[in-house]
Amino acid sequence: MLWLTIFFVVPLGFLAYQSLESGNIDFGYAFTWAWGNYSTAISNYHSEFLRSLEYAGMATVIALVVSYPVAYWIAFRGGRWKNLLLLFIIAPFFVTYLIRTLAWETILSDHGFVVRTLQDIHVLGSSGRLLATGTAVVAGITYNFLPFMALPLYVSLEQVDPRLIEAAEDLYANKLRAFLKVTLPLSLPGVVAGTLLTFIPAAGDFINAQLLGSPQNYMIGNVIQSHFLVTSDYTGAAAMSFVLMAAILAIVAVYAFVVGTEELTGSAV
Amino acid sequence: MSAVAVQSSRPRRGVLASAWAFVKRHVLTVYSILFFAYLLLPIAVVVLFSFNNPPGKFNYVWHSFTWNNWRYWNGVPGIQSAIVLSLEIALVASLVATALGTMIALALVRYRFRTRATTNILIFLPLSTPEIVLGASLLTLFLHFAFVQFGYWTILIAHVMFCISFAVVTVKARLIGFDRHLEEAAMDLGANELKTFQKVTLPLITPAILAAFLLCFAISIDDFVVTYFVAGSSVTFPVYVWGAARIGAPAQVNVIGTAIFVIAITLALANVLLQSRRAKGA
Repeated sequence: MLWLTIFFVVPLGFLAYQSLESGNIDFGYAFTWAWGNYSTAISNYHSEFLRSLEYAGMATVIALVVSYPVAYWIAFRGGRWKNLLLLFIIAPFFVTYLIRTLAWETILSDHGFVVRTLQDIHVLGSSGRLLATGTAVVAGITYNFLPFMALPLYVSLEQVDPRLIEAAEDLYANKLRAFLKVTLPLSLPGVVAGTLLTFIPAAGDFINAQLLGSPQNYMIGNVIQSHFLVTSDYTGAAAMSFVLMAAILAIVAVYAFVVGTEELTGSAV
Repeated sequence: MSAVAVQSSRPRRGVLASAWAFVKRHVLTVYSILFFAYLLLPIAVVVLFSFNNPPGKFNYVWHSFTWNNWRYWNGVPGIQSAIVLSLEIALVASLVATALGTMIALALVRYRFRTRATTNILIFLPLSTPEIVLGASLLTLFLHFAFVQFGYWTILIAHVMFCISFAVVTVKARLIGFDRHLEEAAMDLGANELKTFQKVTLPLITPAILAAFLLCFAISIDDFVVTYFVAGSSVTFPVYVWGAARIGAPAQVNVIGTAIFVIAITLALANVLLQSRRAKGA
C-alpha cells in the first residue's frame, strides 16, 4: 500500500511542482506568438547579455586556476586534515550570501585597506577605486562561487590513484609530464563539473553587480530583476530569462561537445 | 685557486639548492594557506564588524569596539520578524521537501516506471537553472492566478520546489549503495512491507534523510533570489539584508550573520570530529 501511494503521489506531486517551474511562457495577457519580445530583449540588452557571459566566463576561469592547486594540495597532501580543510572550503557558505558580498563591499570600499595599499604601490591612481568597477564584480562572483569549483575538483583529484603517477614517473616521465598526461586528464570530470557549477549560477547572478558594481557593470540578471519587480515588464523579462537559459544551454552543449559527453554525464551523476 | 673557488662555491650552491628545494616543496602549501586566508577574510570581516560601533549609518569603517550590537540584536525594526519568518519557512520547507524528496528517491531507485527517465531529468533541471530564471518563472506562474497572495505560501512553495531536488539527490546517493538483501531477509522473517520499511529501510537511510534535511534548511535560509521574486511584501532575513544594504546595513546584520555562521560551523565541526573518531574506531 505504501509503495502504491508513493507511486501515485510522487509523480502527481511532481507534476504539480514542475508545472510551477515552467510557468514561464506568459506572453502578456493574450498568447500571440509575440516573438517581438525576444528581438526587443536582445536588441536593447545585448551588451548586458554579453557582459554576463563575459563576467561569468572570467570568474569561472579564475576560479578554476585559483582553486586547482588547492584541491590538488588537499587531495594529495591533506592527510588526516582533509575533512577539516574541506570544511574550510565550504565555510563561506555558512555566512549568508548577501552578507558575504556586503563584507567584500566593506573590504573593497574606498577607505578600506585594499584600496589604500593599491594606491600606495601605485597600482591604482590616487583617486582610483575598486568598488563600482568590473574588477570588483568579477572578484565578487569568483569568491562567491569558488567552493562550487574547488569541491568537484577535490573529489575527482582524490580519486586519482597516486600509484598511476608513480608508474608514469617510473616510465621516465618527469613531474610535469606525469601531471599533464596522468593527473590532469583523470581530474577532467571534476574540471567539467566545477566549471558548470560555477558558470551557470554566475551567469544569472545580479547581486554582485548590484552591490559591488555600478550600472555600467550591470548583468542580465539585474535587467531581468528590475523589469520584473520594478517596471513590471513581465513579457520582456520572461523573454530575457528564456534567452539567458537558451544561451547557457547552448554554451553547455558546445562545452559538452568539446570535452565529450561522457565526462559531462559522468560528472553530472 | 680555482680549486678553492670551486670548493667554496659548492656549499653555497648547496644552500641555494636546498632553499630552492624548500620553496619548491612548500610552494603549494604556502599557496594553499594564502588561498584559505582569502577564503576566510570576508568571514573575519563580518565577525569583526559585528562588534563595530559605527558613528553614522554606514558600517564600512572600523570605529570602536562594542558589545551593544549583540546585546540589542533585535534593536533594528523589522529584523526580528524577518529572522522568525526565515526560520519558519526553512523549517517547514525542509520538512516537506525532505519527505517528498525521500519518497521520490525511493521510487526512482526501486521502481522502473515509464516516466522514470523524465523524472530524473526533472529533478536535475532546477539544479542546473540559474536561480533568477526559477524565481522569474514562479513569479509569472503566481501572477497568472489572481487569487494568489504573495507572501508566506508563495515563498514556501518556491522553497519546497528547489529544495526537493537537493533532497532527492542526497537520499538517492545513499539508496544506490543499499543492500536489498536486508529487506528480503526481514520479509522472510515474516515482517510485512510496512514493518520492513519501519525497521530496516528507514533506519538505514536516516543519515541521508537527516543530511538532506540540513542541506535543505541551509539552502532555504540562505536563499535570496527566488524569495525576492515571490515574497510580495513579506520579508525574510536575506530580503531584509538586501533592503538594508541600500541605505547602509546596520551592524545587527553582521551579528545575525556571525550567529548563523557560528551555529553552522559548530554543527559541521562536530560532524567532522564524529566521523574521524568513528573512522579511528573502525
